[in-house]
Amino acid sequence: MTSSSIEVRALSKRFGAFTAVDAVSFDVRRGDIFGFLGANGAGKSTTIRMLCGLLEPTSGTALVAGHDIRRSPEKVKRSIGYMSQKFSLYEDLTVEENIRFFGGVYNMAAPDLASRLRWVLEMAGLRGREHSLTRNLSQGWKQRLALGCAVLHEPGILFLDEPTGGVDPVSRRAFWDLINRLSEDGVTVFVTTHYLDEAESCNDIRLIHAGRIVGAGSPSALKASTIRNPILEVECGRTVEAMDLLRREPWVRDVSIFGVNLHVGVVEEAEGRRRLAARLEQAGIPLRRIDRIVPSLEDVFLRRIEDSDKEAGR
Amino acid sequence: MRKKAVAAPTVRAEMAGPVRMVEATVFASIRPIIRKEFRQIRRDPRTLVFLLALPGFLLLMFGYALNFDFKHIPLAVCDQDGTQASRDFLARLGTTEYFDILYRLDDPRLVDGLFGRDQAKVAVVVPRGFADDLSSGSGAPIQVLLDGTNSTSAGTAVGYIAAIVQSASLRMTTQVLEGRGFRGLSVPVAAEVRVWYNPELRSALFLIPGLMAFVLMIIVVVSTSFSVVREKERGTMEQILVSPVRPLALIVGKTVPYALISLLSAHLALGLGYLLFRVPIRGSYPLLLLAMGLFLLGGLGQGILISTVTRTQQVAFMIAILTTLLPTFILSGFVFPIRNMPGIIQAFSFFVPARYFLSALRGIMIKGVGIGAFWEQILFLAAFAGLTITVSAVRLRRSSGVEGEGRKRR
Repeated sequence: MTSSSIEVRALSKRFGAFTAVDAVSFDVRRGDIFGFLGANGAGKSTTIRMLCGLLEPTSGTALVAGHDIRRSPEKVKRSIGYMSQKFSLYEDLTVEENIRFFGGVYNMAAPDLASRLRWVLEMAGLRGREHSLTRNLSQGWKQRLALGCAVLHEPGILFLDEPTGGVDPVSRRAFWDLINRLSEDGVTVFVTTHYLDEAESCNDIRLIHAGRIVGAGSPSALKASTIRNPILEVECGRTVEAMDLLRREPWVRDVSIFGVNLHVGVVEEAEGRRRLAARLEQAGIPLRRIDRIVPSLEDVFLRRIEDSDKEAGR
Repeated sequence: MRKKAVAAPTVRAEMAGPVRMVEATVFASIRPIIRKEFRQIRRDPRTLVFLLALPGFLLLMFGYALNFDFKHIPLAVCDQDGTQASRDFLARLGTTEYFDILYRLDDPRLVDGLFGRDQAKVAVVVPRGFADDLSSGSGAPIQVLLDGTNSTSAGTAVGYIAAIVQSASLRMTTQVLEGRGFRGLSVPVAAEVRVWYNPELRSALFLIPGLMAFVLMIIVVVSTSFSVVREKERGTMEQILVSPVRPLALIVGKTVPYALISLLSAHLALGLGYLLFRVPIRGSYPLLLLAMGLFLLGGLGQGILISTVTRTQQVAFMIAILTTLLPTFILSGFVFPIRNMPGIIQAFSFFVPARYFLSALRGIMIKGVGIGAFWEQILFLAAFAGLTITVSAVRLRRSSGVEGEGRKRR
């Protein structure tokens, strides 16, 4: 058996003249948390839907859990769990009825279902609420119940399509804790998201833009390969004025405002610090702090999209 | 605490995963779907009331309102002759149950006002010299005025008047001839009319089976298309489609509960029809059940088919009403006889399942005939049911993707 849970080869999907996914190829290692990042409409959902057998590819192939998604979609379906941003539960059924329904849909034997039912209730923190109607649960609970229903049949691969939309930060953290535990237990997690802080929790990432993969690797590798020049975080007064000022300097690569600070990309760190301090002093802007920082995925993502658009002549 | 619980049972690797699952057959997954569907229906009493009570309610409304039996038509008479003969003649009109003589006018010009205010629908004017004309044998004209606003009721009234006048004049002729010494006279051609199946010519007998077809079709198509589109709106359809459940199992699981409920409401309609309108079931009950079952299946299939091409309940409702209400009302022979329609419209009616159901239903309930009389209709109903269900199973397999993309691209 290969070490890849998912192998995608030149997978494309066209809707009429519109190409949603353009010949993407990648492998997902078993047990990884694999992040598929992109803006809305970049092709994330279309890809995940093809891999889950909800959508037929226009061309290309993919193996999911060793099964061809075109030739044996039924086998693929039995090996995967799927949860979408809608937390697709029956709102007019109780918590337990929802779990039992999905158990029935996957043909689970009664004793297995009984033990997994207890597991899901425990995992989602829903013990004692078995008989509450699902519509009365908070978003965070619905999310964890939906996750429980998706992994009820113990799939080896879990697909999560923007799983944290509309959920408060505490519940989001709890949810990611669950995802990490599943991954530790050997489940491959394929997650699409546009929250870049969530992407930091992934082992492996693909950046997708306009149906094409524009970046690949772990979060740290991506940062290292994309942004080679140092980035300095500058805390100073009159930030907007300072940004306009620095932008005109030849030794400055780029400047952007992050919160109350400036992120300044420079050619070389030591010289950059010196020139920066001098320039601000000359303009009479008080300088409080300069620190070298590690670029965020947001920096990476924006740079990659820019580069790809330049290449495509857009 | 939560973390510990997650870690406790290990999740199997993907190769081991499916082993525990019983091999998924089409039918194994139908049961949980049926159970879930019944639960949802139970939790939503409004839908249940809609499904069960609406047929009865519509049956009452239509049964009493859609009445083509015109009786007690308000009649105004104007006797300008004022003789024994004219009084006898007008009295004859009043003794039937079809007309009630409400006004006796001195001046025929008053009829205008009565018609305008809807106080009378028909007026009969006997002109001066009626009795003289009668006895001279030169033919006595009378004037009949009709409010033709409602052409159907006016047409019926003309028929009644003509029949009454004819029988009255026949009687008078015989009387006159007998007075002149002719004995043992008889009418040369005497039609002895005997009406079969519906001797009292009650229109309820004709309308109730059509009404059942009409009501059932609407309910079945609307409710099933709703139940599927609702799942699409909530995203649960997608969740089921990523599971190993086959589309056919999903369709069967979703239709069985609605089929049973609509069969129940069909029986409520039958019961009401019998109790309130004395509509009998003269033929075989199993045959009736077969016809109803096939008709309902076709409607269920049509409902699911509609849901595969729509995304919201509003659109589903509109299409469902459009494809059931008009054809079933107009093209099924429910009210308007199909053979009087222009050829092209008749051709359309061949694609309306209610047309076949209706003639089977009337055959079984009113005529009490066996399957020999309408096996073609039954065959068509079966074909329609088979077609809609197969097509929707195929479409369901594809619809989720198309739908998902539509949502994404917006």
